[in-house]
Amino acid sequence: MVRKLRVALGHALLYGLLCGIALLTLFPFLWTLSTALSTAGGVFTFPPRLIPERPGLANFVEVVQALPVGRYFLNSVLLTVYGVLGTLLVCSLAAYPLARMDFPGRDAILAALLGTLLLPNEAGFVVNFLTLGRLGLVNTYTGVVLPSLASVVGIFLLRQAYLAIPQELLDAARVDGASELRIWARVVLPLSRPALAALGILSSVAYWNAFIWPLVVLRDPDRYPLAVGLLYLQGLFAHNTRLIAAGTVLAMLPILAMFVFAQRSFMRGLEGAVR
Amino acid sequence: MRGSRALSLAPARSLAGPRLRTTLTAYLFLAPALVLLGAFTFAPLAFGTLLAFADYNVLAPPRWVGAENFRTLARDPAFWVALRNSLRYLLVVPAIQVAALALALLVNRRLPGITLFRAAYYVPVITSFAVAGLMWNWMYAQHGVVNWVGLRLGLLARPFDWLNHPTLALYAVMLVTFWKGIGYYMVLYLAGLQAVPQELLEAARVDGAGRVQAFLLVTLPLLRPTLLLCTLLSTLAAVKVFEEVYVMTGGGPFGQTTTALLYVYQKAFQEFRFGLAAAAGLFVAALGLGLSLLYVRLFREGGLRPW
Repeated sequence: MVRKLRVALGHALLYGLLCGIALLTLFPFLWTLSTALSTAGGVFTFPPRLIPERPGLANFVEVVQALPVGRYFLNSVLLTVYGVLGTLLVCSLAAYPLARMDFPGRDAILAALLGTLLLPNEAGFVVNFLTLGRLGLVNTYTGVVLPSLASVVGIFLLRQAYLAIPQELLDAARVDGASELRIWARVVLPLSRPALAALGILSSVAYWNAFIWPLVVLRDPDRYPLAVGLLYLQGLFAHNTRLIAAGTVLAMLPILAMFVFAQRSFMRGLEGAVR
Repeated sequence: MRGSRALSLAPARSLAGPRLRTTLTAYLFLAPALVLLGAFTFAPLAFGTLLAFADYNVLAPPRWVGAENFRTLARDPAFWVALRNSLRYLLVVPAIQVAALALALLVNRRLPGITLFRAAYYVPVITSFAVAGLMWNWMYAQHGVVNWVGLRLGLLARPFDWLNHPTLALYAVMLVTFWKGIGYYMVLYLAGLQAVPQELLEAARVDGAGRVQAFLLVTLPLLRPTLLLCTLLSTLAAVKVFEEVYVMTGGGPFGQTTTALLYVYQKAFQEFRFGLAAAAGLFVAALGLGLSLLYVRLFREGGLRPW
């Protein structure tokens, strides 16, 4: 009886601790949501309020009227899809020979790829911008995604997955006279679906959230993705906190929805990157 | 690799030997990635190094000026402030790692609803810096939550204007980096912890080791590669910290929160002094590389195998 009580008490304490930490990590979101839903009262009240005052969607309506939110949203979707598909293609092609072929220069390439992980590559963004200017890609989505398509982390993640494919399957396909490209498309890719999904999710978060590089590359505000549009909104309505909060919620929602649906793949993808 | 032997079974249609064909095929697969990496990762290193010795504002062709840019940097107090801030930012690394490992240990158990808590701690990671910066601007406002908590706990005598304070602003931004980073490293440590064989821990307990001892003597040594990886990633992120500062303070007040990479950005895209920006960028790259090599050295006995 006493033991049972102690275990129960231990669990209660543990859950209390877990809830307390969750409140700390989630508080900014809860507060922003509450502010976005409030249609009256002061924004900054002591004590801070988590229950919206006169809740309503008026702020969201106002944001959508003040800014081309729909367009920004579509821009973000376009940019993300473009970036993710490109990343998956480039990385899944490159990982195949690095995992399953023996050729001169392979180890040197692997070492060079690892080396790039040790360098803060952002330091190169001055030169990258000039390069894009040379190629005539300033103010284009190609210019935004091109420098990050060949993700080194992505190549290693997929290489790990390819290494686990049984050699017999590849040999059988070769005996049947399949070309390497066909083997990659028909055998290797279908067997690496979890890793591809994980990389897809990781890179979609990165492209959806990117704002510095789009801000540098894109000149035309009509082409801005949501994240950049949000900062633009802050400039326009510096003092209307409720409005900016509504915009912030709108920018967060798609990523949160994706996370709720694909939470397993998120966590797994990270683990795959470690091993 | 068994691949090359298997390939010789394939019908050799070309006159070239199978070895040459494999090599050609391999490089065809690698071509897109190698071209992109060459153009946007390796070329900037080489070209950026050259640019660091030139005067270039896009309008006129680059002019060779020798070490002039580096002399200009050395004379610019703002550059030293930026470098100092980037080094100060390294303080966030041990803080994040200790907190993330503690959190990983806390959620590394079978409990109803534990995945929900793991997910909750991970949400800041998938938040863009644009969103995180805006939210925390409100948290730090004169009448914001941070001040309210500080006043209630008696830690503050009066509300602070955190993000406009010349010394505290940088630490305020650091807290955001900390908040955003914990979940990410927690998941990495969790993966490491789940790879620790249970038998070893049980054996240690049988030998009379307490929980703390078992952790120190069994778990920690096995976590070494994960520790190195996380510390390395977190350090590089700290050296090139930029977005959160850009969104929250813009480097202000009076440039007191400018970081090295923000300085590069300002020189390039606000003042169009690309040579000077490249020289400062070279500093950031060297700093990151130096720290990386130092870590790999320190951890080497741990048998680091990234793949």
